[in-house]
Amino acid sequence: MSQPLVEVRDLKVHFPITTGVIFDRVVGHVKAVDGVDLAVPRGKTYGLVGESGCGKSTLGRAILRLTEPTAGSVRFDGVELTKLPPAKMRGMRRRMQMIFQDPMSSLDPRQNVESILVEGLQAHGIGADRNERRKIISKTLDAVGLPKWALSRYPHEFSGGQRQRIGIARALVLGPELIVADEPVSALDVSIQAQVINLLDELQDELGLTYLVIAHDLAVVRHISDVVGVMYLGALVEEAPSDRLYREPLHPYTRALMSAVPVPDPEVEDRRERILLAGDLPSPANPPPGCRFHTRCPWAQPTRCADERPVLRDVGGTRVACHWAEQINSGELRRHEVRVELIRPEGEGETPGVVSAPSEPGSYV
Amino acid sequence: MALLDVEDLSVTFRRRGQRTVHAVDGVSFSVDAGEVVALVGESGCGKSVTSLALMGLLPRRGAQVGGSANFDGTELLALDQRSMRDIRGKDVAMIFQDPLSSLNPVIPIGIQVTEVLVRHRGMSGDAARKEAANLLDRVGIPDPRRRLKEYPHQLSGGMRQRALIAIAVACQPRLLIADEPTTALDVTIQAQILELLKELVRDSNTALIMITHDLGVVAGMCDMINVLYAGRVVESARRKELFAAPRHPYTVGLLRSIPRLDVGRGEKLTPIRGSVRDVLPWSEGCAFAPRCDRRIDASIGEPPPMVPTHTGHSYRCVNPVPVEEKA
Ligand SMILES: Nc1ncnc2c1ncn2[C@@H]1O[C@H](COP(=O)(O)OP(=O)(O)OP(=O)(O)O)[C@@H](O)[C@H]1O
Ligand SMILES: Nc1ncnc2c1ncn2[C@@H]1O[C@H](COP(=O)(O)OP(=O)(O)O)[C@@H](O)[C@H]1O
Ligand code: SF4
Ligand SMILES: [Mg+2]
Ligand SMILES: [Mg+2]
Repeated sequence: MSQPLVEVRDLKVHFPITTGVIFDRVVGHVKAVDGVDLAVPRGKTYGLVGESGCGKSTLGRAILRLTEPTAGSVRFDGVELTKLPPAKMRGMRRRMQMIFQDPMSSLDPRQNVESILVEGLQAHGIGADRNERRKIISKTLDAVGLPKWALSRYPHEFSGGQRQRIGIARALVLGPELIVADEPVSALDVSIQAQVINLLDELQDELGLTYLVIAHDLAVVRHISDVVGVMYLGALVEEAPSDRLYREPLHPYTRALMSAVPVPDPEVEDRRERILLAGDLPSPANPPPGCRFHTRCPWAQPTRCADERPVLRDVGGTRVACHWAEQINSGELRRHEVRVELIRPEGEGETPGVVSAPSEPGSYV
Repeated sequence: MALLDVEDLSVTFRRRGQRTVHAVDGVSFSVDAGEVVALVGESGCGKSVTSLALMGLLPRRGAQVGGSANFDGTELLALDQRSMRDIRGKDVAMIFQDPLSSLNPVIPIGIQVTEVLVRHRGMSGDAARKEAANLLDRVGIPDPRRRLKEYPHQLSGGMRQRALIAIAVACQPRLLIADEPTTALDVTIQAQILELLKELVRDSNTALIMITHDLGVVAGMCDMINVLYAGRVVESARRKELFAAPRHPYTVGLLRSIPRLDVGRGEKLTPIRGSVRDVLPWSEGCAFAPRCDRRIDASIGEPPPMVPTHTGHSYRCVNPVPVEEKA
């Protein structure tokens, strides 16, 4: 097997939590990403799933160094990115591009499509002259299925799906090898999602692109990924080839997550066993000790779970971070009730300072 | 007669200097006690406007409402503000997508629940506080007595949605309208909330109108399903029949374009072409015609009528998808 295009080792991104008006005092850290190992094979798609706040976007941004990692290593095509001087990093950027969730807020509304696309080419010195750049742009437009006349239009003149095509075109003109797509379809209407998913698939076939696709929608991720990693509170809890993960999820969190996804088929819905998780995701500023999932885990055991952090290990071709994966899978260990612990949203505690009346009496009920 | 009968509901927004918008354009459906009825469709198809019209919550100026909505003998659309307010919260309650904006941020949730109990169920303060704790417990909020004193911002999104449901069911409404109640939540939390709603319907025989864009949610819990497109119901059927034998090309298109968790990599999705922006006004034919592969001459010119079948399944299409062609 060839060397993976991207190799991530023990990557950490910790954001300081500060208080104080004049002098910032660091009172803790949000451990958004807290020790992730993964590899993205060339020409394949790695899908990253997990609930909001588990650190997916931060991980994606840290790999591209759009957010500086706190520790760990990211190798791209054999080159260590975390230690690369800024000038060299800028050169690498062309080879790795990002697509965002909300095409509207990631596109400058005052630029027409042509200037959005030319900008990138100029910044990276691609294309000898105007003519050559025109050629690259028109090829890219074709590839993403936008008409020629789109060039002179502005982002607001397009529908959501078309805007996402513009976002994809902006990434593609530079001829990247890696595309990190953060929730590429979640802002789109159902009937449009499939257009964009198919487009990403076709582009991969044609151009041999490597994708890291980040999404909270498991069905979308299963559909486009070769390998899927499941994140919980800043770390991977399970990683496996897509079909294998869905056929035989090993981690209790993966099992719960998959059992919670509604399937548009009443026959399936009526048959399925649901594993309802109690309570909410704990705060990444204050993650539980031991297994981070033990506060919600229906299989948690009196030993190890609360005090020993499980590491990713190979269990029959799946990488899983659970002390009891084998015993759970064989049915030896059974599910039990979990008591709900209340989780505070960030910035909890104090009562609201500003008192405002509802705009219309009774409008709140 | 059903608990709620909506007939030919229409909502038109007119603003000076702006295009007239037919947000809801002749919607009919009905809901029985203990029944879950879905309004499903994509962004902008008129789901929320329909529910706001039923609740009398549309802006007075600019929104013109037509048709009828008969709730157990009372015509909702003809009520003045005051009688509407009496019905709202007592007989009919609503749950919104974003609980934070529908809870009062400066009043502890306990007081928000007890207020409803005192106002609509005539309880004394003490009894109301006790019942409020019961309600929070029932919707799965841990340690309910302590939670009563807390403000909405001190609770997570899922817990806020539970609090909002507690307020909505406090006065034992006969009809509950839930507008995308789980869209802002993670799937594991969504599963908890949907389970809770199902339980409420089962235990209290409440009628529930479930508004969503998610056909998966619909498949799991709705008895009767209405698919909306551009302000009209284009297909209406009982749950199993709709998924087993969808007839409207839009419904079929949606089902073919959704990635499914139980279908693997490599299976190609079939998208619907164009976008919801490419609509024909209903007065000029089928609004879906510009995006439809089954369009025929009869699709254009006049709005297709709703075609009923003997099973209670109906669709608005002049060239419906044959039953066997579904898979
Ligand atoms: N106050 C208003 N003034 C003018 N037009 C409006 C108003 N409220 C809604 N509309 C329009 O009415 C149509 C239907 O809107 P509605 O909010 O019911 O959609 P929806 O089906 O709930 O969509 P979503 O899934 O995005 O919530 C849209 O075209 C919308 O732009
Ligand atoms: N710039 C930042 N400063 C402080 N905290 C952040 C920042 N970016 C993200 N976080 C926090 O890190 C955690 C992970 O965030 P994110 O990667 O965006 O999650 P996801 O994409 O999985 O929803 C969250 O708790 C979030 O609030
Ligand atoms: S290690 Fe323990 S708590 Fe963690 S997932 Fe496995 S069984 Fe559950
Ligand atoms: Mg994110
Ligand atoms: Mg809406």
